[in-house]
Amino acid sequence: MEFLSDLKDQVSTAYELLAAGWGVQLLWGIAWTLAVTVISMLIGAVLGSLVAAAKLSHRGGLRLIGESYTTVFRGEPELLIIYLFYYGGTQVLTGVARSTGSIGSTDILNMPSFLGGVLAVGIISGAYQAEVFRGSFLAIHRGELEAARAYGMSAWLRFRLVIMPQVLRLAVPGLGNVWQLTIKDSALISVTGVAELMLTANKAARSTHHSLLFYTLAGILYLVMTSVSTPIFDKAERYTSRSFTRPK
Amino acid sequence: MAFDFYLSTMWSVLKALPLTLEIWFFGIAFGLIIATGLTWLRASGYKLGEYFTRGYVFVFRGSPLLVQLYLIYFGLSQFDFVRHSPILWPILRDPMYCTIVAMALNTAAYESEIFRGALRAVPVGQIEAAKAFGMSAFTRFRLVTLPIALRLALPAYSTEIILMTKATALASVVTIMEMMGTAQKIQHDTFRPIEVLTCAGVIYLLLNLSIARLFAWVEHRLSPHLRPPPEQSQLVKPIPEVL
Repeated sequence: MEFLSDLKDQVSTAYELLAAGWGVQLLWGIAWTLAVTVISMLIGAVLGSLVAAAKLSHRGGLRLIGESYTTVFRGEPELLIIYLFYYGGTQVLTGVARSTGSIGSTDILNMPSFLGGVLAVGIISGAYQAEVFRGSFLAIHRGELEAARAYGMSAWLRFRLVIMPQVLRLAVPGLGNVWQLTIKDSALISVTGVAELMLTANKAARSTHHSLLFYTLAGILYLVMTSVSTPIFDKAERYTSRSFTRPK
Repeated sequence: MAFDFYLSTMWSVLKALPLTLEIWFFGIAFGLIIATGLTWLRASGYKLGEYFTRGYVFVFRGSPLLVQLYLIYFGLSQFDFVRHSPILWPILRDPMYCTIVAMALNTAAYESEIFRGALRAVPVGQIEAAKAFGMSAFTRFRLVTLPIALRLALPAYSTEIILMTKATALASVVTIMEMMGTAQKIQHDTFRPIEVLTCAGVIYLLLNLSIARLFAWVEHRLSPHLRPPPEQSQLVKPIPEVL
């Protein structure tokens, strides 16, 4: 019975803390996390398709660039890349601003933490997306590309009408995985001070001394985000492959 | 001057490599033990075991490792019974042990899924043949299922090990001075983040590349039956590249 009343106390403290403003803060944290993830995915999509094209290229130099990109950004700890973009960005910005004289010689021009974080996570996401796009391109039936050539389609037309629609269809499951990965990576940019879910939970835990409560809440909210996206990607997969489903 | 700086940074970061490897090794070792238990629980056929492993995998794969680390390091110490326990408290008050526990729990979720997939991918014919030979369940597992499943699990397992190498860097946020923590400290002292982080990055990359090479070598050694015999491979003409 003591346990039950203890639990009741816990729940009521949790409710009070959340109603006192931390609930709204956490919701904002979710919004920021989603914003970071979506923008990083978009940056990653652009970089990923370029890198995939480079890796599939006939030119050895381009292939080498593509290979090194995916090796480096998948082989380094995410934290290191994030620090590199945030602190390294600050170093570069400060150097440039000092040499042009727009700030004093002892001032520091900080990298905007959101920009640094999104760039870092986007570039990591791009390395994984490149592999997804490359795999999907290789899964396209060779005969279709040959047929498109035989019709005399230009490279651009081939890309637009034959390659891109199929790559997008085949890439959906892989992109779903990268999306989950990017949500989890976005938690790491809390170290640079972007007020996303992880940092909000951190702040709440430190200022209220209820770390168990807030970290558990953060964990649950991440679980909700990752599990809500699964059926969405399933649906996207069904939609994009609707002409390929077997008749019942 | 610049070269000296790179060299001294490289050396300072390298001195923290043993600590990184320690976290890495114990995280993987304990993770493997937990993963084996989970896989057994999942394969045992008990409904309760299946629900437990499903829930475990869902929770540990669906949330960031950083949250799990913070929850174990900061969160669990709120329980009185944890702080008064003579076994739990020495483990959970030490950031080093906490990182290892978090990594082991996290990787076990991924690994148990890898092992489950590998067990399911063992060809049924092989198991049937073993049964036809009159092998007992244990002999069958030891001589047929396990070797095949381990070979099948190897590529995915090597990916997971590399993810674990990257995850050791998270120990730096709970004050461990492993490679990432050391690099952070040098960076704060010298205000030259690009140079310092490049040095650390080179070491991490070399570490990961050697792990990948090692696994590729093991994989090559374990699959002689998949390679064509040397004289035959020269007879096969390469398929002309059409595109």
